[in-house]
Amino acid sequence: MATHMLPETAARNYLNEEDGIFSWLLTTDHKRIALLYTFSITLLFFLGGAFAVLMRLNLLSPHGAIVGLETYNKLFTMHGVIMVWFFLIPSIPNTIGNFVLPMAVGAKDLAFPKLNLLSWYLFMLGAFVAIYSIFRGGVDTGWTFYTPLSTTYAMGYVVSAAMGVFISGFSSILTGLNFMVTIHRMRAPGMTWFRMPIFCWSMYATSVIFVLATPILAITLILICIERVFRVGVFDPALGGDPLLFQHMFWFYSHPAVYIMVLPAMAVVSEIIPTFSRKPIFGYKAVAFSSLGIAFLGFLVWGHHMFVAGISVYSALAFSFLSYAVAVPSAIKVFNWTATMYHGSVSLETPMLYAIGFIGLFTIGGMTGLMLAALGIDVHVTDTYFVVAHFHYIMVGGAVMGFLGGIHFWWPKISGKMYPEFLAKLSALIIFFGFNLTFFPQFILGYMGMNRRYGSYAPEFQNLNVLSTAGASILGVGYILPLCYLIWSWKYGPVAPPNPWRATGLEWKTNSPPPKHNFDETPLVTWKAYEFEAQKEELNLG
Amino acid sequence: MRLPIHPDLLAMQSTVRPEYDRFFWICVIICTTVATAIAFFLIYSAWHYRRRNANELPSQLDVKVPAEALWIGIPFLIFLGMFFYGAKLYFDIERPPDNAETVYVEAKQWMWKVQHPNGIREINALHVPVGQAIRLKMISQDVIHSFYVPAFRIKQDVLPGRYTTIWFEADKPGTYHLFCAEYCGLNHSQMKGWIYALSPGDYARWVQQGGAEGSLADTGEKLFHQFACSNCHHFAGHGPGPNLVGLYGSTVQLQNGQTIVVDDDYLRRHILTPSGLTVEGFHSSIMPTYQGQLTEDQLIALIAYIQALGNRTPEGVMAPDAQGSPNPGEHQRESRSAGKSPGGF
Repeated sequence: MATHMLPETAARNYLNEEDGIFSWLLTTDHKRIALLYTFSITLLFFLGGAFAVLMRLNLLSPHGAIVGLETYNKLFTMHGVIMVWFFLIPSIPNTIGNFVLPMAVGAKDLAFPKLNLLSWYLFMLGAFVAIYSIFRGGVDTGWTFYTPLSTTYAMGYVVSAAMGVFISGFSSILTGLNFMVTIHRMRAPGMTWFRMPIFCWSMYATSVIFVLATPILAITLILICIERVFRVGVFDPALGGDPLLFQHMFWFYSHPAVYIMVLPAMAVVSEIIPTFSRKPIFGYKAVAFSSLGIAFLGFLVWGHHMFVAGISVYSALAFSFLSYAVAVPSAIKVFNWTATMYHGSVSLETPMLYAIGFIGLFTIGGMTGLMLAALGIDVHVTDTYFVVAHFHYIMVGGAVMGFLGGIHFWWPKISGKMYPEFLAKLSALIIFFGFNLTFFPQFILGYMGMNRRYGSYAPEFQNLNVLSTAGASILGVGYILPLCYLIWSWKYGPVAPPNPWRATGLEWKTNSPPPKHNFDETPLVTWKAYEFEAQKEELNLG
Repeated sequence: MRLPIHPDLLAMQSTVRPEYDRFFWICVIICTTVATAIAFFLIYSAWHYRRRNANELPSQLDVKVPAEALWIGIPFLIFLGMFFYGAKLYFDIERPPDNAETVYVEAKQWMWKVQHPNGIREINALHVPVGQAIRLKMISQDVIHSFYVPAFRIKQDVLPGRYTTIWFEADKPGTYHLFCAEYCGLNHSQMKGWIYALSPGDYARWVQQGGAEGSLADTGEKLFHQFACSNCHHFAGHGPGPNLVGLYGSTVQLQNGQTIVVDDDYLRRHILTPSGLTVEGFHSSIMPTYQGQLTEDQLIALIAYIQALGNRTPEGVMAPDAQGSPNPGEHQRESRSAGKSPGGF
């Protein structure tokens, strides 16, 4: 028997250490909090997904197949609000990041376990407030809350929706803070900065954005509420405000927020590719610093959302140039992942399928992003389905593929069980196919001039909309399958060994599932990240 | 299979469109090439370097600096090319030619109102002659809208509180979609209209049938007297307020020391809330505020009137031959105001 297949003792682990509902609701164990988050965001993902299904069904007909304009406007607003703030932003950091990060640096827990729990409660409170506004009648401002529509003209429950987002922002800030302090202060002996897995670098970069950008969003949302409730003029010109000021503030958060969504997916992919290629990541330092580069430059490009909004042509020039600059570190990552597979020993288990899918879809999303960054091109296609397709390639093709890849990769560690490989591969392929069928036609629709946020549209756009809806139904099946077989495997799956993938990270050197404090003894790190050579005896390689 | 593209969308319909489409498709080719190359490389590696033995450990080769430099350098050069070409196209789309005709557009939830200088008004429709550059000065009465004509490849947000500008020149007679592209509330997707591009002859016929009662500037002149502007703004000698003849497009000094070019936005703000915008040498307390008393329509008419005054000779005396031969000074002023970039940048 291979040495990496340690016999599974009936050891006590974080799942069976304590029982009862309060052992979960009052836990400070980062792994249990990660599961609480996973449970919550999965529900919210399917809620946001249900809104998307209704939207796609409605767009089967140019005049709206099932709902009226008012409901349609509420659907896309709530789809955006739920998916952005209550799924994508917390998705990887708060589930996989929470679970893996402390183990990846060799720590017993995050630096502030109680703050970690508080962060989940704030998230849940925010989610309840946001959902409350749905049940009271909904919001129809679009997730972007543009002024003066949101402050003066919209009828819906704008204040409570904004407050839900505001509250959940604090959970982001606490998570970012926790991750940063953990990475600075809690690394195991020998775990120097340049021995950390790329996962930690990317999570660090994400945390910097969490801490620096989220307060701007909080201020912006508060100003919306102040203008809406007290009629203090900030954004509405009728009250002496400036509507473009809102867009500057909103995108100053919301552009970096795109990197909050995609950097963690890059973190996951940077673990999966070396593991399933059995090679160190190509150009470790370039990949590590490109994460920080993305986090930094990501703060300087918000104006590219406003090229036709009435900003000066010269500031548009600067924002266009900076948008190309931020693409450079992303390109470095894509090339280095690809180069990692070159001359490797490549094995296509489910996580690797997701990682490769991520690279492909992220490349398409990124390249169309470069087109949108070209000032002249943006004029025609901005606010059309071209943009919708572009950011779904980044957020669904990128972030969600990364999330699912990560869930499958660490599933043996999280649950102590193996997922069914065949079904998992099948659903990865279904998702890939369904995704492209849903969103690729939208690029063409956008170029043809179909506007986003249109509950009814010109009849010449119908064919491609039907195609897109067909894709969405396939995509839906692809998302429900993993939900079913993962729940099944939690109970009935084959028992997972501590290191089923023969990966090099510290989290694989402890039991599956890990004990409450992660490691029976504090690890001592003498090797670089992904150094298969140094661990070849232990991993039984070569 | 034939792509389900409306035939209208394939023909050349505006002057910027061919340049736009050429650049767009160049970018599509670049993107497709890069994406295909990466996909090919991924599939090739996944197949060629597939794991043949569960315990194998491949050679652990790592970064070669030239490779890293190469794939930072080459993409960056491509990016720079896209940046410059995109910027050039943007300037072409944003900057109207000097001979552009101005048409005013007002957006409100959920309709487009158009006022031609000749006094014709339209709703959710805009008639233009082909071969004539049209500059739209646009303002919203409520939320942000966006004027979007896909066939012309142009789009510009329409803001409340200040004018933004876009221009186009239709090349081919036809009927083209006008959409609102910025989400503006309940009936956003219904806020649409048509651009009718007519041959010059058809356009002249349409203008004749338009039944306009006097030009936009004539309407402005009536308002000028109705709202008692003429009490202070005299056309001869010195009144309590500045003489408005020749004012439009000139540079004035404000009391706070700022120099400002008199354009639509300045005039609009000054009429509504004069405080802080008074021209040097006049009493700041005399001009009342017209906030809430004038609609955007009326403001546009007043500004058109003041602009028309700007084309006359100052000092209120109509030069004997002013109608026929524009003097060189005027001409310069006109072209400066026309060449000014749109949207108040």
